[in-house]
Amino acid sequence: MSTAPAIELKGISKAFGPVQANKDISIRVMPGTIHGIIGENGAGKSTLMSILYGFYKADKGDIYISGEKVSIPDSQAAIAAGIGMVFQHFKLVENFTVLENVILGAEDGALLAPSLRKARKDLAALAAEYELNVNPDALIQDIGVGMQQRVEILKALYRHADILILDEPTGVLTPAEADQLFRILHRLKDEGKTIILITHKLREIMEATDTVSVMRRGEMTATVKTSETSPEHLAELMVGRKVLLRVDKEPAKPGALVLEVENLRVVDAAGVERVKGISLEVRAGEILGIAGVAGNGQSELLEVLGGMENGTGSIRVNGEELDLTGKHSDARSRRKRGIAHVPEDRQREGLIMDFKAWENTAFGYDDDDAYQSGLLMNNVAIREDAEGKIERFDVRPANCDLEAKSFSGGNQQKIVLAREIERDPDLLLVGQPTRGVDIGAIEFIHQQIVALRDKGKAILLVSVELEEILSLSDRIAVIFDGHLMGERLPAETDEKELGLMMAGMTGEDT
Amino acid sequence: MEQLPKWADLVVVPLVGLILAFILSMLMVFATGHDPMEALKLMVSGALGSTYGWGYTLYYATNFIFTGLAVAVAFHASLFNIGGEGQAAIGGLGVALVCLFIPWPHWTIALLAATAAAGLFGALWALIPAYLQAKRGSHIVITTIMFNFIAASLLNYVLVNQLRPKGAMDPATAKFPEPSHLPSLGEILNSVGIPFAKGTPANVTLLVALAACVFVYFLIWRTRLGYQLRAFGKSQPAAVYAGINPVKITIITMMISGALAGLMAINNVMGEAERLILGSVEGAGFIGIAVALMGRSHPIGILFSALLFGALYQGGAELGLWTSIPRELVIVIQALVILFTGALDNMVRLMVAKVLIRPKRAEA
Repeated sequence: MSTAPAIELKGISKAFGPVQANKDISIRVMPGTIHGIIGENGAGKSTLMSILYGFYKADKGDIYISGEKVSIPDSQAAIAAGIGMVFQHFKLVENFTVLENVILGAEDGALLAPSLRKARKDLAALAAEYELNVNPDALIQDIGVGMQQRVEILKALYRHADILILDEPTGVLTPAEADQLFRILHRLKDEGKTIILITHKLREIMEATDTVSVMRRGEMTATVKTSETSPEHLAELMVGRKVLLRVDKEPAKPGALVLEVENLRVVDAAGVERVKGISLEVRAGEILGIAGVAGNGQSELLEVLGGMENGTGSIRVNGEELDLTGKHSDARSRRKRGIAHVPEDRQREGLIMDFKAWENTAFGYDDDDAYQSGLLMNNVAIREDAEGKIERFDVRPANCDLEAKSFSGGNQQKIVLAREIERDPDLLLVGQPTRGVDIGAIEFIHQQIVALRDKGKAILLVSVELEEILSLSDRIAVIFDGHLMGERLPAETDEKELGLMMAGMTGEDT
Repeated sequence: MEQLPKWADLVVVPLVGLILAFILSMLMVFATGHDPMEALKLMVSGALGSTYGWGYTLYYATNFIFTGLAVAVAFHASLFNIGGEGQAAIGGLGVALVCLFIPWPHWTIALLAATAAAGLFGALWALIPAYLQAKRGSHIVITTIMFNFIAASLLNYVLVNQLRPKGAMDPATAKFPEPSHLPSLGEILNSVGIPFAKGTPANVTLLVALAACVFVYFLIWRTRLGYQLRAFGKSQPAAVYAGINPVKITIITMMISGALAGLMAINNVMGEAERLILGSVEGAGFIGIAVALMGRSHPIGILFSALLFGALYQGGAELGLWTSIPRELVIVIQALVILFTGALDNMVRLMVAKVLIRPKRAEA
């Protein structure tokens, strides 16, 4: 091919102190293609893109755009070079309209009206060209996340971006919304734009990209044509060894009823009802998976069960009624009833990031008699206990004197799991067990959850990763807008049907 | 952002801040037409050059240990107790009541009772802001500051209208009866044969302050309550997840903090003035914030930074006494030290980080 690559990076290196985030990375992205960059958390994808977008300065290496060497000291320069970025967390002003957000930072003068007029015209043209329809006068807070993402894309296009970088764009989308996004991306590609898609989801790479580069520990390990590779192969490239993508498990042998939830309602601090009368049951020896897009009440469901939030209705564990509002509705009382909880956000809730690993292994169980010696805490006992847990759950590095924040996401999660699972609970609540966890650790975490099930424990799993729900659950319930939309058996459903239910369409309609 | 090695954070950062503060102070002394080296020498020798100076330095340091510990304990639970001033004042009221109205046979028993009273009064004074924060969400920084004013006014009322002896002109209580007088450090040391200037205000309360340091160390790092309050301080959602009651922990922490601030009163009211006078705290409650910041909220750090501030106070007083450097300038110097070691801590840390971490990266 004689055309110059849209972007070419040559020998990019970047270190943060002793950590080499990017090591001698070279990559060529041809114009009019969708190029995927895949890698685990901490592999250096975000650093590389931040260099390209002018947030960081590379220690070494050059950037070429359409064959010309450029220097990108800040994001203004990146925009001027035709690079647009859609961040994982949108950078939109909630109480501004779409139009106002689009011109923000690209106003033409002191007065807003001329800019707004121009933007309205441009937006209409862009909408026609790329089928990116958004109501320019709608407030950001009133439109869905899928629409908000379109606004981000429009913002980049309005600034004449030819190269669009999307960082984990499907994290907050339903499968249907994700499909829609990919249609838009293909349309942009057909119109000659170049797209870089950063993700850790193998499925998206396979579906959407033309070529894919794999990153591991700061290095670019391979760049291959998507049509010539497979998910298994990519996973192996990412992790550096063969990985089991599916969980091996025996059929469940459900036993006695452990958890019975009846007509549970939860109102949040702002007075909004988040859980609107949910009823469900989980038996000993089975995993009930709750599928749903984030923000549909599954977090609140877990929080009430875990004693972090009040609710109304009825919850029985092993036939005994739980206190939902009173003095005994706290997390400590729940633990005494045999409920263990792996919270959705381990960094905010499950761990004290500034505490050492050994202190964290007692977190929530610090009133255990084994951990006391008179008036003081028996730190020797806690530490011994922690060392055992760290060894059994293969936490790396196996050093319980490190602070929780110095472990990787996967190893942090192993600390939480070790603490909760080794209490031998009757009911385990698990929220987003593998969010931000590297593929290698996902395998281990899934095995631990299944092993607990096989010991005859009841498990309630909440996850926004449909693949995870499908491969772990023995039954699947779909939550939408605080209601359960119905239940399915994993063998009798697929991502498409669940996706529709997650978007609020009852299974019966489809 | 890279982290500084621990030794740098604990020693280099405060030291650099201190040096910066002194350089700036000396420049100001120079600008007012005095000899900066002379002034510095006078300050150091005035504070540390004689047992007389030490007698004052240690007295001030005792005050600052208490208020510094008070701020530190609250700080571990992520609560900013700016009410040390008021809590110490009310603690003084407790001490005065105990000393004035109960005839004690011996100072040891009086000290125990006064300690209990000072702690209790301080704790109760912190309870109201704590309750308002925990239950009503009124920000503790605002309420504790407000309570400083309320404490001052309350004390004014009580001293003028209730406790002032008949015919006395100043708003103060009568002198405490003899048996409740605490032995001064000079008396104690002289009795075991160590020469130490008599007539200096440092007294046996210093030992109580040291005991308080030990108490706080065990409380924060070895007890379950300490574990919970540190966890609460680091992450409130995590505390709720663990089943730690935020209301309870806020109230208990603030009461301990208030009690520690209140304990200061046994030093200045019972040990030094031997009566309760208006405004006896003299800003020690606020100095405690700087002491806790500089001491990294650790009892050992607080011990050293309290000593430093004690010396600074005594040295500053000497400066005002023996030179024509105006008293205001002395306050400026003290303020600069607080500014650089307390408020500008992060600025200094960034500077130190640049110097310490940059070369390492070049090596890598």
